[in-house]
Amino acid sequence: MTASGSDGRAKIMAAVRSALLVRGDEPGRRGQVRARLERTPSGLIPARARKPKAELITAFQAMLEVQGTVVRQVAGVQELPLAIAQHLSELNLPARLRHGGDPLLRGLPWENSLIEREEGPAQAADAVSLSRAVAGAAETGTLFLTSGTENPSTLNFLPETHCVVILAESIFGSLEEVWGSLRQVHGRGKLPRTVNLVSGPSCSADIEQTIIRGAHGPRRLAVFVAMSR
Amino acid sequence: MQPTSHAFKENAAAALADANLQRALKNAGGGFIAKRARARDALPEFDALCAQGKDIKNHTLAHLDLYLEAYERKVIEAGGHVHWAANAEDARAIVLYICQKEGAKLVTKGKSMVAEEIALNAALEEAGLEVAETDLGEYIIQIRNEGPSHIIAPAIHLNRDQVEADFRRHHKNLPENRSLLEPVELVSEARGVLREKFLAADVGITGANFLIAETGSSVIVTNEGNGDLTQLLPRVHIVVTSIEKLVPTLEDVSTILRVLARSATGQDMSMYTTFSTGPRREGDPDGPEAYHVVLLDNGRSEMLGTEFQDMLRCIRCGACMNHCPVYGAVGGHAYGWVYPGPMGAVLTPQLVGVHEAGHLPNASSFCGRCEAVCPMGIPLPKMMRHWREREFTQGESPWMQRMAVRGWAFCAKRPRLYRLLANASAGLLSEWGKRRGFFRWLPMAGSWLRYRDLPAPPGRTFQALWKAELDRRQFEAEMGR
Repeated sequence: MTASGSDGRAKIMAAVRSALLVRGDEPGRRGQVRARLERTPSGLIPARARKPKAELITAFQAMLEVQGTVVRQVAGVQELPLAIAQHLSELNLPARLRHGGDPLLRGLPWENSLIEREEGPAQAADAVSLSRAVAGAAETGTLFLTSGTENPSTLNFLPETHCVVILAESIFGSLEEVWGSLRQVHGRGKLPRTVNLVSGPSCSADIEQTIIRGAHGPRRLAVFVAMSR
Repeated sequence: MQPTSHAFKENAAAALADANLQRALKNAGGGFIAKRARARDALPEFDALCAQGKDIKNHTLAHLDLYLEAYERKVIEAGGHVHWAANAEDARAIVLYICQKEGAKLVTKGKSMVAEEIALNAALEEAGLEVAETDLGEYIIQIRNEGPSHIIAPAIHLNRDQVEADFRRHHKNLPENRSLLEPVELVSEARGVLREKFLAADVGITGANFLIAETGSSVIVTNEGNGDLTQLLPRVHIVVTSIEKLVPTLEDVSTILRVLARSATGQDMSMYTTFSTGPRREGDPDGPEAYHVVLLDNGRSEMLGTEFQDMLRCIRCGACMNHCPVYGAVGGHAYGWVYPGPMGAVLTPQLVGVHEAGHLPNASSFCGRCEAVCPMGIPLPKMMRHWREREFTQGESPWMQRMAVRGWAFCAKRPRLYRLLANASAGLLSEWGKRRGFFRWLPMAGSWLRYRDLPAPPGRTFQALWKAELDRRQFEAEMGR
């Protein structure tokens, strides 16, 4: 853009290189950097993330609950509409929500649940949203949500109540395993525009270090784990 | 933000006399320490992860030019723009240029210490833009017209009743008789007020905790979700960040994320960790239409290859200030600029000059807790010593101190004179302080002894005792033989 921009680049690069005593074209250094970016070696994975699948699902649920998230297990995706309807009624919320164009969410048997649905990105007046997490990491109870028409990112932040569906098969142990699965979908070195790692409902401790839920994002987070498709 | 670090002594004295501040510091102090300790103890691999994180940062800094190039390539590939700012002035000009080009009127901001460092709000407001801080702590200090007093909890110097008064003063359109007694009521009120700003903003500015060379992503770590609403809703997302935030890969950032929140707030993971890569893609129903990254140097490249390079590993967790007895006594504002506590005592002299900030590396008891809790193993006390040396060699330290050091050096180079003086003063002080066993006052040490007592020495110097012990052992050895 501005002249100062490109000027700044040359200045900063020159300053960095002269400080490091390098020219920037040394094959050894370039090779090291290329290798790391291509091979993406993994560091230490904590033992808590290296467990059998069943234990990981339990740990995933426990970690989320500690952070103030409601977690419900359902046997199959067909049961999701009723489970979500029941959750909303427990919270005294109207049976109305918005989700994206995710085929899995679209294709659920909503008829029996009496839930009114709208599709698209979140609007200011939406009270409840529903998203599908593409993956979860059990080590910290973290949901991975990716942007796009299927699950617009605003659904994760604007409404006061956020419901998230995750398939048990998408729950991994570590963050690294999830990155690996995302690379398979989006290609190496590529990510969707936004990847949200969500580990609980919004909160703030800015006033006297007291944790208050619902700072700017959702006040309530509910996760529905579908044990099978 | 105009630094007042030169006035650290006056600032500190005022802080110690500020009853509200002392109440807030007392309330905050122990919480962070206990939470970090619990989180650390719950993860057996914590120390090993810290060591790996340190290696990742060292590797990145040693190849910073190449990772910056790789990162820039990936941002452009994703449709974003990278702007390079050698100093604060350039950075402000770039952000302002983008805002004006986009015809922006209202700018929302997530918490960014780099934005504080370049005094961005003042520059944007001067150009007629409205700037709304959206992190609750940043919002509170914005309406109070103050700087942050802590890098992760900017309003930690305030008590609930002070925030209530600020909200009543600032939110005039809300009913006067509303209750604001509970923190939850204050948080709700701020949520309501800021929601309107989120929805109306033209440009959203966030910082970045990390930049990923592998993917060209910027990463923010928050609990409130304000940073996400800031970057998702407006047409334009500007990331204001600095060159040392680079890490190579998603694996590398995962290792460091495991120690960041644990060191900062004692959480296993913050509520929201968000990876942003370029503007919205074709078909995306939401997200910004333009994505800009402003990469600031502002003195950081000068630290590379020097005794201060290790400081560039800092991931801004705040553990050093949470564990610092000096910070705990005087709070963050006394340090007089954006970065307080031990990390500020090392960084501020670099960024604003040792002439302005020479007091900060001196304001340390060298207890070493900061280094012990730093997840990136930054030798903070050692680097404060380096600043003291620079201050001395540049002739910036006070005359009395220089004379005292010179005098000591003169004696230390003359062992016989040193022993003579040491023996004489040890004997004299011991005799003088025998009755009480300690001193409340001594000539030329009045202000030092105002807050503490000096134990009276045992009468003989360490060297004399050492020699006596050697003599005794030799005697015993000879007798034994």
